[in-house]
Amino acid sequence: MRLTSRYRFSASHRLDTPALTPEENRKLYGKCNNPHGHGHDYLLEITVDGPVDQDGQVVNRQALDAVVRERVLARLDHKNLNVDVPELAGSVATTENLATIVKGALAEGWTLPARLARVRISETARNTFELEVR
Amino acid sequence: MFLTRKVEFSASHVCANPAWSADRNQAVYGNNANPNGHGHNYALEVTLTGKPDPVTGMVFDLRELKEILNREVVDPMDHRFLNKEVPPFDRVVPTTENIAVEIWKRIEPQITREGVSLHNVRLYETQDLFVDYGGEK
Repeated sequence: MRLTSRYRFSASHRLDTPALTPEENRKLYGKCNNPHGHGHDYLLEITVDGPVDQDGQVVNRQALDAVVRERVLARLDHKNLNVDVPELAGSVATTENLATIVKGALAEGWTLPARLARVRISETARNTFELEVR
Repeated sequence: MFLTRKVEFSASHVCANPAWSADRNQAVYGNNANPNGHGHNYALEVTLTGKPDPVTGMVFDLRELKEILNREVVDPMDHRFLNKEVPPFDRVVPTTENIAVEIWKRIEPQITREGVSLHNVRLYETQDLFVDYGGEK
């Protein structure tokens, strides 16, 4: 059985890569390249997979919430992704890259009995990025 | 092709093992263990899989599906205290997981037929917490 829990965080970012010229960056990223950055209310969905235990749960909600809070929300919420998140240094603060980092932050040292199965982040209500964990 | 129908029901429950102390129940179930109960607006999404019938163009008659869901889920569970009024939750802890399994057991035999099977039961306890159950694998 899969259990999915939703969380929210708000952060700012700017999409820009030193691999391209300023003009190319503007053309590629459009408004997302505006020099001072901008923000989103991100919606994060974490899915775990496993059998239902004798307590009737796939995972202890409080344990899952604590892991997500400590390893993800505390580090991303009300932060500037370009400046405050070391793992994003040297890469563009796209939500694709963010999803990869969130997956890594959760997967490393994961001790909950249910398997981490999926990370899904909506940057806005219209753009969603999803990463299956194999 | 997949076909999904959604229904809602509102119910109260307590998640606690009567054999345990209040502290242990709190540790396992959090504030879901509060002894006098609390409620949720549950949302159920039932997904069937099958090929559209060549004559009717339908995977499953939606009116019949609505009747099955009403009879097996909404009528017995809506505006009820699950632990007190809806077996087996007098003895099975009504976690979202256990409610999803019970819903699967209730509706699966009535849906499965030539060319159609129940694919997934998604049960939202709140907008921020849901489970997906695809039957015993």
